[in-house]
Amino acid sequence: MSIDQTEFRTAMLDAEVAVPEGLLDGHGNPAGRRFSVYRNNVAVSLTEALETGFPVIAKLLGDANFKPIAGLFLRQSPPSAPVMMHYGAAFPGFLRGFEPLQHLGYLPDVAKVELALRRAYHAEDAQAIAPDALGQIDPEQLPLATFTFAPAMELIRSDWPIYDIWAYNMIEGAPKPQSRPQDVLILRPEFDPAPHALPAGGADFITAMRQGQTLGDAAESAENMVENFDLGTVLGLLLTNGAITQIAIEDKL
Amino acid sequence: MFDAPENMPALPHKPGVGYKPQHFTEIMENPDPVAWLEVHAENYMGHGGRPLAQIRHLAERFPISVHGVGLSIGGEAPLDPEHLARLKHLVSWLKPTVFSEHLAWSTHGGEYFNDLLPLPYTKATLTRVAEHIDQLQNTIGRQMLLENPSSYLAFAESTWSEPDFLRELANRTGCGLLLDVNNVFVSATNLDYDPRSYINDYPLEAVGEIHLGGHDEDEDDHGKPLLIDSHGAEVVDPVWSLLDHTLSLSGPRPILVEWDTDVPEWPVLAKECQRAAAALIKVPA
Repeated sequence: MSIDQTEFRTAMLDAEVAVPEGLLDGHGNPAGRRFSVYRNNVAVSLTEALETGFPVIAKLLGDANFKPIAGLFLRQSPPSAPVMMHYGAAFPGFLRGFEPLQHLGYLPDVAKVELALRRAYHAEDAQAIAPDALGQIDPEQLPLATFTFAPAMELIRSDWPIYDIWAYNMIEGAPKPQSRPQDVLILRPEFDPAPHALPAGGADFITAMRQGQTLGDAAESAENMVENFDLGTVLGLLLTNGAITQIAIEDKL
Repeated sequence: MFDAPENMPALPHKPGVGYKPQHFTEIMENPDPVAWLEVHAENYMGHGGRPLAQIRHLAERFPISVHGVGLSIGGEAPLDPEHLARLKHLVSWLKPTVFSEHLAWSTHGGEYFNDLLPLPYTKATLTRVAEHIDQLQNTIGRQMLLENPSSYLAFAESTWSEPDFLRELANRTGCGLLLDVNNVFVSATNLDYDPRSYINDYPLEAVGEIHLGGHDEDEDDHGKPLLIDSHGAEVVDPVWSLLDHTLSLSGPRPILVEWDTDVPEWPVLAKECQRAAAALIKVPA
């Protein structure tokens, strides 16, 4: 009459399944609702982890919706490792595929922002270059500069106003979101990561720089994507938030 | 069997506290009466950022106990090699004074349940857990302490008492024990036995650390008390009495106050630690 952990797990995650036989109270009677302590601990602790990790999603859905949705998700995708700081990596995909939430198309991308904020919080430390470092470079050489970015930097592109939605729910007095595509850059100057809305073309520029393109080439590809690409704003954002850890000048061939 | 070196580092026989980031400033300014800190291993497995910066600062001033909550030592499957590697990495750079884990399982089939799940005390469990403890101690290169669980139910198949089971594990593996006195009180209430008899039967000579914490009260199907280990409240008087009983038999030990949910302001925790300090003062060294 031995109970294996597969049987225990099945009954723990599904309250419709009978409590395994051979679990007792202190007097040899069936354990009954004592088993529910485990059912409850698992569901409550994982729901709380999701609520802590996705505060904006929790707020947008409201407690009455978030808890049952989290309950479905945690049974479908329990953590794959005992390091809870990364739990919920599959949540954006779950939200995208969850039929009753199809009318809230922005939820998966907002969840991606929240996941990226957590990754940034735990990312490797890095020494940023001085905010005036670009000014020290010979203007003729500047287009040949390549950047190394801090490990905490995260880029999320979206067809939805994901920065505005995040800010409206997290920052007192932030304006109501207007329908528009928005790309978010997460930067961590010291220990506290924060999302920033990128101007049009900014995400193309940063993607190109990340791939090792020169400043000149990356700016040009962004200019090809959008009119009036605002390179100054993007560089200012990167420099004042410690996003660049190294500048190199590519040798002219 | 892990051969512990003669002069094993030990925590001071004083109160310690489960570290919470919101108390960083207060602990750095005036930790009294707290002499050491405990952290959950899994919260310090990121690559950088504030958690690691804080623990580096704290480790310069305090002896640190690293308490694992996710290794699943009682799991049926082999230990997760990736998690073992994470623990090895943490222990090697942080160099904590002690490392502890639980007599429980929490991972199965690649799924982690974020809870400490119960084990039957059988020969099969004993063999498996002893192998896992050996593997962990050999991986991190030091002795570990094993903590007794809070029980809400018993297994019909169990053939060992919990104190005997823990004694046998300590004998076989050379591990030390972490005695959670609140867990003893919770289990004894839930399974209707005398917590003092448990302590009298327990291998107190192997205890390297004592835990105290709060619990919640519920009822089972028959209206009998069902206590839930919540670490979310003050330690109750009967647990303080059980601590006194334990210390009278064991002599002074490092005592940790755990408070993990609804974490209070620092003065509330400091007061609990004062009470632990007072309990230690009564014990002849």
